[in-house]
Amino acid sequence: MASAIIFLPLLGFLFCFFLGHSFSFRVSQIITTTFLFVATLFSWIIFFKYLDIKDTEIYIIFNWLNSGTFSVNWSIRLDSLTTTMFIVVTTVSACVHLYSIEYMKEDASKTRFMGYLSLFTFFMLVLVSSNNLLQMFFGWEGVGLASYLLIGFWHHKDSANKAAIKAFVVNRIGDFGFALGIVGIFLIFGSINFDSIFSSLDNSNYHQERINFIGFNFPAIDLLCFLLFIGAMGKSAQLGLHTWLPDAMEGPTPVSALIHAATMVTAGVFMVARMSPLFEFANYTNLFMTFIGASTAIFAASIALTQNDIKRVIAYSTCSQLGYMFFAAGLGAYNASIFHLMTHGFFKALLFLSAGSVIHALHHEQDMRKMGGLYKKLPFTGLMMWTGSLAIIGFPYFSGYYSKESILENAYFSTSYMANFAYFVGILTALLTAFYSWRLLFLTFHGENRSEISIYEHANESSWVMKFPLLILAFGSVFVGIFFSEFFIGKLKYSFWNESIILLDQGKHYLPFVHALLIKFSVAVGVLIAAYFYFYNKNIALKFSKYFNTLYLISLNKWYIDEIYNFIIVKNYFSLADLFWKRGDQNFIDRYGPNGISKLISLSSSFFSRLQSGYLYHYAFVMLGGLVILLTWFIYY
Amino acid sequence: MTDWPLLSVIIFLPLIGGLIILLIKEDSISANNIRWSALWTSVGTFVLSCVLWLQFSYSERSYQFVEKVSWFEDFNFNYHIGVDGISLFMILLSTFLTPICILASWKSITKRVKEYMLAFLFLETVMIGMFSSIDILLFYVFFEAVLIPMYLIIGIWGGQNRIYASFKFFLYTLLGSVLMLLAIIVIYRITGVMNIEQLQGNYFNKSIQIFLWIAFFASFAVKIPMWPFHTWLPDAHVEAPTAGSVILAGVLLKMGGYGFIRFNIGMLPEATVFFTPLVMILSVIAIVYTSLVALAQSDMKKLIAYSSVAHMGIVTIGIFLVNQQGLEGAMLQMISHGIVSAALFLSVGVIYDRMHTREISFYGGLVNKMPIYSTVFMIFVLSSIGLPGTSGFIGEFLVIVGAFQFSSFVAIGAAFGIILSAIYMLYLYKRVIFGVITNNKLKEILDLDLREKIILIPLIILVLIIGILPNIFLDPMRLSIELIINNFNLANAK
Repeated sequence: MASAIIFLPLLGFLFCFFLGHSFSFRVSQIITTTFLFVATLFSWIIFFKYLDIKDTEIYIIFNWLNSGTFSVNWSIRLDSLTTTMFIVVTTVSACVHLYSIEYMKEDASKTRFMGYLSLFTFFMLVLVSSNNLLQMFFGWEGVGLASYLLIGFWHHKDSANKAAIKAFVVNRIGDFGFALGIVGIFLIFGSINFDSIFSSLDNSNYHQERINFIGFNFPAIDLLCFLLFIGAMGKSAQLGLHTWLPDAMEGPTPVSALIHAATMVTAGVFMVARMSPLFEFANYTNLFMTFIGASTAIFAASIALTQNDIKRVIAYSTCSQLGYMFFAAGLGAYNASIFHLMTHGFFKALLFLSAGSVIHALHHEQDMRKMGGLYKKLPFTGLMMWTGSLAIIGFPYFSGYYSKESILENAYFSTSYMANFAYFVGILTALLTAFYSWRLLFLTFHGENRSEISIYEHANESSWVMKFPLLILAFGSVFVGIFFSEFFIGKLKYSFWNESIILLDQGKHYLPFVHALLIKFSVAVGVLIAAYFYFYNKNIALKFSKYFNTLYLISLNKWYIDEIYNFIIVKNYFSLADLFWKRGDQNFIDRYGPNGISKLISLSSSFFSRLQSGYLYHYAFVMLGGLVILLTWFIYY
Repeated sequence: MTDWPLLSVIIFLPLIGGLIILLIKEDSISANNIRWSALWTSVGTFVLSCVLWLQFSYSERSYQFVEKVSWFEDFNFNYHIGVDGISLFMILLSTFLTPICILASWKSITKRVKEYMLAFLFLETVMIGMFSSIDILLFYVFFEAVLIPMYLIIGIWGGQNRIYASFKFFLYTLLGSVLMLLAIIVIYRITGVMNIEQLQGNYFNKSIQIFLWIAFFASFAVKIPMWPFHTWLPDAHVEAPTAGSVILAGVLLKMGGYGFIRFNIGMLPEATVFFTPLVMILSVIAIVYTSLVALAQSDMKKLIAYSSVAHMGIVTIGIFLVNQQGLEGAMLQMISHGIVSAALFLSVGVIYDRMHTREISFYGGLVNKMPIYSTVFMIFVLSSIGLPGTSGFIGEFLVIVGAFQFSSFVAIGAAFGIILSAIYMLYLYKRVIFGVITNNKLKEILDLDLREKIILIPLIILVLIIGILPNIFLDPMRLSIELIINNFNLANAK
């Protein structure tokens, strides 16, 4: 059944790739979507099996690579962590497949689109079900490829192609760290299979192991985790390597929902959780991870405040929520982190797909300044967007409430040096989250219409093909918390996780009443400010932005990070390339190498050929000179 | 089967085919006969080399299929050939790529077809001969003989600037050859033995080893090529016809790597240890430097040529690590690069045949007219940048695994290639394939025809097989590589 889950999407892709064009695009759409729904069904069945205590199962498919002591299998590993990821990936993917049938109906290459979606799903499932680091890396780069293909799906758009390359290359910078981390783990532990690494860790000698790296002597586990975390930062768009994610919004909206919100970008969090037995001993890296996670959370939220593109707001919000997951993981609360991953998968996909419905209805308008008052035209979508927004800000009993509260709880009780910082930032970010979510709602659905009247008049709800996936995701956004919080973060967590990740050894604490209230209060403040700015008094936002012009511009221009990178790295990279080629290869190696030698030979030969001029008096003169020299020599000696 | 000289048949079958072609009188009608005879000869050779693989024993450490005939008895020179795990795949690579080259030149070569086919078949014979030589002098003869057809292919069927290119090619390789000949003479004077197998290990004292090492290194470093001896390669590639580039990148560069393994590592272990830091530095420079230079190119073939230098940097790192992962990775990277770079040059050839230019800026938006071509090209690009699941990844990754055991600096240098290669290859792909067609001349361009599909699809299949089932290739070479590593460690332990 597990192999069916993984290989059905691959079959769907292969069908589209080889046979897709011999049939109508309908066939491809039906086949891929059906396969995904079957895979989803299977995933939920397996997930429920693993809700109770159940041993990890490993299926070995065949040996992949065998060189010396380096041996890796293609295999499937089933445990609670895998099955959790299975349901998130397949459910969101199935919804997105179905949704895309309607969303992409005017596009010329529907078959290709469905194929890519299925291919992505396959790679993602391989990633989460891997039993060793190399197969994980295969899935890891595979989802990167699918993301590249899908961001650049509209390849006639130059901006889309550029964004696709940017995404791939920035991810590769992370993968560079990941690859070195894998190699380093092999060097220290002699294996890259999870079970052997983790069982080695029982031997405390490994905890003190040190390793030489670029001339410095590091604690081995800290360094390895740091390298792995670099990979996670790339994939999960953390501060510094985040610049690709907003640009990735060039892709079609269903892609943003699936890849750049619910699944691929969470791969980094998944990897850290999967390697949690190792990360547990990496004290410095954990501090670093907490710091980066918390900084990303607030940094991305600060940008989301002022963006006008509806998709970019949600993209930065994704970035920010991933920050939450990382600081939770850095504090050792892997279960809270994964739980937030799961709830976030549902409500973020819901938000994106709802935004997609709006964009679809407005003929590909994404600028929120040209929306407004859409609630009357798109009541269903509006309702869905409200549901998603309530979930993301952590409104009580919505899914986000459980996961976010749990993360903040862990930050409050943690003894880590970074805990206070993370806790404070977490609360502040919750306020910002509430603000930008409601800003989005008000600008899009409420107030008066600012779009062209003809477009506005024709805006209407799509068919059930697009509505049904929204309903599923909305159901998830609301109820996942209520249904599963006991298993993920509550009393049943030991039997549920069953050693698939490391759990903090603390009983269930509850936040002090004041603090619990503080979180809700900050959220309420965020919502109220948004309401005041964008609903009651619209001029105040404008005044505010003028008054704090510098701050506003910094936020609007994303802290100028792209410009700085462009100025420092990209430009210099290209000019260095030119320099090496023109100065290095042409003006140095060639000039003094082969061309130099041939010039030398031709110069010297023309010099020597001058000796044989053919004139008798030249020779006679030389002979005379020689005679004089010889005579002089004889006379003196 | 032992009494049947299979290896000799494989070596000389192409030459015999070539001589038969020589008998055909060339005119417009018989040109096709010439093409077909050349194709069948090379396909036959490939089939026989597959038989060789099937009969190859995985449990044998040293040479198999050994044949020995005395040549100059007084001087102890022999026609002595055999195959081990290292040469097996080099031979297969040669026999696999030759029919592809002949097919690729089917339409683009119209003048002097007879001589062209003869040159390729002769080239095949000397390539296989070189990879299976056990006698050093025989090796040298074949090694140098490779130059002749290659020189002619560039010089006669090449592009406009072919004279400069072939001159540069010749100048560089000549320098290396002279030194190698000198080294071979020294070896003969000292030992009187011309057998590669016997000379493995510590045969010479250290000062002589260092001299010999430099001499061999000069020759092979030019061939592979290493920075800063690489500048002949881009020019040679640009001027060579498509098939010439294919065989140049696919097989001829590997002669350098093969030579390093056999001579520098195998015969001169102490000197190798002495020079390893130098090789590592040059290799890392090659990876970073040429990856950057590749980005600045405006000619597609030049770009791919520079990427070859970067990939060969990975190979030289792997070889001089002299550990299991490093050497196996280097071998696999050579095989993979042989296939992938050949495929990339063929892909460039496809559009060059249609438009007669390789300028990147001329193209753009090909995906709209050539969807199949775009997909095929994408797969090769992905393999070139080392995506897991394709052939390019395995070799690169194994080398990094090996390199980390040696030094973290080298590992970082090798891993840096995975970022840089993605930049220049994807940038190339974007400029050629994506976008909208702005150039009117491209409006009528046709997608791949049947012949081109037959050429490219086997390459795709191989790329995926190596990526997913690399053990097929790693298992046969394992024992031979272990033998080399054991000899090396024994020699240095003394």
